[in-house]
Amino acid sequence: MKLFGVTFRHGVHPPDSKSLTEHVPVRRMPFPSRIVLPLRQHAGKPAVPLVAVGDRVERGDKVAESDGFVSVPIHASAAGEVVGIDWWPHPDGTMCESIIIDVEEFSAQIPRPRTIPEWDGLSAEEIRKAVQRAGVVGLGGAAFPTHVKLAPPPDHEIEWLLVNGAECEPYLTTDHRTMVEYPERVHAGIRIMMRCLGVKRAVIGVEQNKPDAIEALRATLPTDIDVVVQPLVVKYPQGAEKMLIHVVTGREVPSGKLPMHVGAVVQNVGSIATIAEVFETGLPLIERIVTVTGPGVVRPANLIVPVGTPLQDVLDVCGGITEDAAEIVFGGPMMGSSQPDMRTPLIKGTTGVVVLTRAEVKPKHTYPCIKCGHCLDACPVFLNPSDLGLLAQAGRYEDMRTAHLMDCMLCGCCSYVCPSNIPLSQMFSLSRNALRKQDAAAREAQSAATAGASS
Amino acid sequence: MTAHRFELTASPHIKGPDSTPVIMWSVVGTLVPVVGAAAWHFGPSALLVILAATLGCLLSERLVGPGGAVRDGSAAITGILLGLTLPATLPLWMAFVGGVFAIVFGKLIFGGLGQNVFNPALLGRAFMQAAFPEALTSWPGPTTSWAALRGDNFALPFMSADPAVTVTGATPLGQMKFEQIPTETIDLLLGSTSGSLGETSAVLILLGGAYLALRKYLNWRIPISVLLTVGVLSQIAHVADPRQYPDAVFMLFSGGLMLGAVYMATDMVTSPTTNTGCWVYGLGIGALVVLIRLWGGLPEGVMYAILFMNALVPFINRATQPRVFGTGRGVAT
Repeated sequence: MKLFGVTFRHGVHPPDSKSLTEHVPVRRMPFPSRIVLPLRQHAGKPAVPLVAVGDRVERGDKVAESDGFVSVPIHASAAGEVVGIDWWPHPDGTMCESIIIDVEEFSAQIPRPRTIPEWDGLSAEEIRKAVQRAGVVGLGGAAFPTHVKLAPPPDHEIEWLLVNGAECEPYLTTDHRTMVEYPERVHAGIRIMMRCLGVKRAVIGVEQNKPDAIEALRATLPTDIDVVVQPLVVKYPQGAEKMLIHVVTGREVPSGKLPMHVGAVVQNVGSIATIAEVFETGLPLIERIVTVTGPGVVRPANLIVPVGTPLQDVLDVCGGITEDAAEIVFGGPMMGSSQPDMRTPLIKGTTGVVVLTRAEVKPKHTYPCIKCGHCLDACPVFLNPSDLGLLAQAGRYEDMRTAHLMDCMLCGCCSYVCPSNIPLSQMFSLSRNALRKQDAAAREAQSAATAGASS
Repeated sequence: MTAHRFELTASPHIKGPDSTPVIMWSVVGTLVPVVGAAAWHFGPSALLVILAATLGCLLSERLVGPGGAVRDGSAAITGILLGLTLPATLPLWMAFVGGVFAIVFGKLIFGGLGQNVFNPALLGRAFMQAAFPEALTSWPGPTTSWAALRGDNFALPFMSADPAVTVTGATPLGQMKFEQIPTETIDLLLGSTSGSLGETSAVLILLGGAYLALRKYLNWRIPISVLLTVGVLSQIAHVADPRQYPDAVFMLFSGGLMLGAVYMATDMVTSPTTNTGCWVYGLGIGALVVLIRLWGGLPEGVMYAILFMNALVPFINRATQPRVFGTGRGVAT
């Protein structure tokens, strides 16, 4: 391990804006009067409800399930009555079928007794099953089901467990507070993951703007397993999977491949702590730490929020929003998504609620590309966003694929530095969707043709 | 609270501090001292010529270009840079016509900001060189007072300058090329020689360039590679034959090399987007400058060197694309 901070080439330096909440201890918010559980919470198949309108549910009850491998069940995050299974605004900007639960007033919200066993005596397979049953997904934003990460295909030998405590998105402090307040949980989670994956080495990468987190993790470092804390230079997107792997192991994840192809599994520090938490409490994943912050929030805070709490309730707990609040973002300001609706629930992948004011909202006027090359100097995967942007405007999606569009992480560095304010990463996201649709249509035509030929 | 309407934008939701107008106007800002030095050396004529060229640029951008484009500052840069390549003796109408040509045929005809292949100021200069060859090469000589006009600036449109009004001199490069007379280095540094308006203040140009490079408003690799190439190549020639060829210091500080290397070659639109490409491009410009100055028919070659390399930029870009993460030699097999 290197003593000093390490980092990757390129990237950007947005102001980290973490001082609003970085030293604010995590506290539990009161239960809202209603919770909304979208049936599509994460990557993978949407879940099917197991409850009907009028049913009473206890806190921690399973209310929806999916049979896919890459999916997890959904649990009630508060006791109450199911009052509807309706279309509701989803954080991704669409409408989504959701289970709506009126939370029981004056309830002690005591959960059912342990539904998840202790992990000590369990085999790797049993641990994976338990993690899936507990509805655990990655809490870093993408909400990828954790049990899938615990089961790498047997043809890849995993050497490294990389624990992502970079938290490179500005404003967010959920991982920071987790590392400071629950370092033992992080270590316990690492232990569980190492057992499951059979890896010998774990590295926790933490950006240097969190010295207290580094200290807390080092003070509680277990001595019987090989785990170290690696300070990282403060730079966005230091927490991107490929960047973290490159920095710690010196290996580049090949284009189009997954981290396990270079023998690494990356897990976000909050998700690791959650693995330990579900085994510790015996409860499924029904609440998470959320940073509610930004200059548009009256009292920024780090809150333990029941999954499915509507945005309005979360903001109310923080004193509401200021007069000049102009934009609400779920997640960090670099990769999060704008929210138009106060009824939208926070879900398992919601790392933060950032309220920006008029002053931070980006300008609308764009200028022509002046070929300054700043985007080339910012792109952490060495694409040519300037050329890709011109191709996108011309609708030349196939040429964009040749120019490695699919290697784009949509990190937003190019848009951030563009002096002409060209929405490059948005264009790339749309171009990718267009290509995906095109590919799906081509596949369909292909299968129709083969079906026609065989009949 | 209920009436609150929220912005809906795609990520990223925050934006870095740089903007195209800020970059452009910063360049204009760093040119102000250079213009001041031109006025110091060449009197009111300098300001008049630069003003006429700039006016030609701004007016044609306003009348022919897309609405509001004057505000982005790029036309102002073209005008000032074009003005700085002209002699103080020039009739103002010629400077104005040059400015119009630079914007209309150097930029707008390609599709406006960001689309042009050639540096518009240099294209305007090249046009003027062809259209007004005599006027463009009558360099001002010493005058009686600072306030005196250096030439027939107010010649009527479509009229040549009255030669009687102009006291002409010779540029250091011209003297060197055609008469083998060297110039004192200190005169070159301070700019107390004859030449075009912007050929005279190497120190101020370097300071402005350093500021822009620090702000990343120009790619430092370009001026460094141009100047390094010129310095090394001309020193080699000098060592080989000191009587025939001037030394590196003379080559670096004479003529339009400083203005060209720092302000013209670094035009973002017409220079490579890749960093490797910038090295190649700068090297090409430097080599061409030495080639033209030492063995060509002209005393000065910066303009043609840059225009020629401008034309090669798309090829340079294509040849120097960065290696995408996770491809090629970066991937362990």
